[in-house]
Amino acid sequence: MQAISQVTGPILVLEQENIDTDQIIPARFLTSTSFAGIGEHAFADWRFDTNGDAIADHVLNQSRARRSPILVAGHNFGCGSSREHAPRALLGFGFRVVISSQIADIFRNNSQNVGLLPVVLDKDQFASLLQMDGQEITVDLEQCRVLVSAADGGEQSWPFTIDPFARHCLLRGLDRFEFLVQANDAITAYEEGR
Amino acid sequence: MSAPESSPKSLFDKLWNAHLVQAQTEATPAIIYIDLHLVHEVTSPQGFDLLREKGIPVRRPDLTLATLDHSTPTLPAGADGIRPYYTEQARHQVHTLRDNCREFGIELHDWDSPSRGIVHVMGPELGATRPGMTIVCGDSHTSTHGAFGALAFGIGTTEVGHVLATQCLLQTKPKSMRINVAGKLAGGVTAKDLALNIIHYLGMNGGTGYVIEYAGEAVRNLDMESRMTLCNLTIEAGARAGMIAPDATTIEYLRGRPKAPKDAAFETAAESWLQLASDPGAEFDHEINLDGSAIRPTITYGTDPGMSVAIGEPVPPAANESQAKALKYMGFSAGQSLGERKVDVVFIGSCTNGRISDLRAVAKVLHGRHVAGHVRMLVVPGSEDVRKQAEDEGLHETIIKAGAEWRLPGCSMCLAMNGDIVAPGETAVSTSNRNFEGRQGSGSRTLLASPETAAACAVIGHVAGVSELQPLQESR
Repeated sequence: MQAISQVTGPILVLEQENIDTDQIIPARFLTSTSFAGIGEHAFADWRFDTNGDAIADHVLNQSRARRSPILVAGHNFGCGSSREHAPRALLGFGFRVVISSQIADIFRNNSQNVGLLPVVLDKDQFASLLQMDGQEITVDLEQCRVLVSAADGGEQSWPFTIDPFARHCLLRGLDRFEFLVQANDAITAYEEGR
Repeated sequence: MSAPESSPKSLFDKLWNAHLVQAQTEATPAIIYIDLHLVHEVTSPQGFDLLREKGIPVRRPDLTLATLDHSTPTLPAGADGIRPYYTEQARHQVHTLRDNCREFGIELHDWDSPSRGIVHVMGPELGATRPGMTIVCGDSHTSTHGAFGALAFGIGTTEVGHVLATQCLLQTKPKSMRINVAGKLAGGVTAKDLALNIIHYLGMNGGTGYVIEYAGEAVRNLDMESRMTLCNLTIEAGARAGMIAPDATTIEYLRGRPKAPKDAAFETAAESWLQLASDPGAEFDHEINLDGSAIRPTITYGTDPGMSVAIGEPVPPAANESQAKALKYMGFSAGQSLGERKVDVVFIGSCTNGRISDLRAVAKVLHGRHVAGHVRMLVVPGSEDVRKQAEDEGLHETIIKAGAEWRLPGCSMCLAMNGDIVAPGETAVSTSNRNFEGRQGSGSRTLLASPETAAACAVIGHVAGVSELQPLQESR
């Protein structure tokens, strides 16, 4: 997993609420036994018509989409299935961070496991962010803050909270698996005590 | 954070505490032990890769159980013996699971197993799912197993690797919610209708961060298959796990199942299962009281499972932009009667409603009737066990005679990754769990309902309820 501490870049806004994992990666792309190349299928049903032709004017097909490291998406992002293919597809597409006002439990967990930083912002601040499509912002995981340039030239700094262990692992690019492996004696003791 | 030893505990607290290998701290999550790891072909291959990469075995193959369900065709093999997989990649995925199970010594219910089925149908049927367990699977509908008083939830593929390797999972304790459903469900009202109403009440994100316990008279009165339907749909309100305290209904369902304890050991286990119920006075972070007797047969009209109405009600106005977009996608407008909508496809099956009681309900509606000429109806049993039972009872004959297709067990049209697909623009009434855009195929439009309602829609040919069926002429 690639470490992530500070990400700066233009945001891509998908205002729709409840974007589910079937939108992020339709099930027909889940038959691969590897995650390689999955980013090419991110939002496939939004980016391509039923003939498989790219919908040119869709925001996700514009060149700026691939240059935006930060996805800003409507409330309850990532609801639905447990497919880890969803955060992997977003990473493969080029995103490193996803910001919403609520992120579904399993998707959030999966994101933290694969190195996509899930950020949940306060509703009012999130509403402001929705109006800033294409604007450059900074997400600072060290400080747990989103930094946004204000219209008057000043800078706004919005705090977010994240599970401390997830933050620890994401900052260092640590695989959570190692933490489990270190608990091997405790696991054995538990098994023996049953 | 956790309550003192003496204080009343909830079912969830009891299960959580009993499986703590290492307690949660301010800086680290808890490590919880997993009693049953269910595996299928779609979300496991990269998990097994982790083991090979690290050179480690599956820690507890005896607590791991695998099946083929998601990518499998529901049409039989041809005369050449070749199964009609949708793609070569799907065939390869199934073969990969077979190879992985052989390499790591895991029990796989392959094509030749009389028990193969959708993972959440098969586990309970085998008695592998039991009260007091922690159960995970790389599938969000793992919540189904909570019907037995187990703590069961979906995980991602990285975590599948973690559990294969260590039989443990890193978890931060979720909050708890209890939903009490008082009163009796009216005749013709099913667990599916109850669940759709709960999701409507909570919203599709109202359960986020929670484990839900279902309680109250209406829940206690449900049989096990109905309880599974209710717990299955918990994830559609955003909660990872739903659970119901074990009782006599649970015990009688499990008695004699192949993997359940036998004889005296069963009686001892049953006694301990009854101790799992939430203690009187147990505290929940959130508690909701609903009136079960007010619920009517229900159907969804939007692209999230919370957008539902009682059958006969018009399409409600959109409450926000997302709902407006959903109505546009579905081709509905506010105030419109759902009954105007012609139905193209009816899908009976899935881990939500693919069990024997569901097929009996469908056959009861179809008996002596015929599916409307323009409707394609698929009936897909949830497992080989369900298929055999249905065929022993002759249900398949009723279903075929009515003009529906009788298929082999699998996830089928629930998620359109195995060749069973709803065409763009078509309207499907489905007994499955998700009506998301494109869920049943790009451009497909899904209305979720109970098996009874779906069967009635197939016969009438447009969106309808059982009460709209013409009475049969001959003897009932």
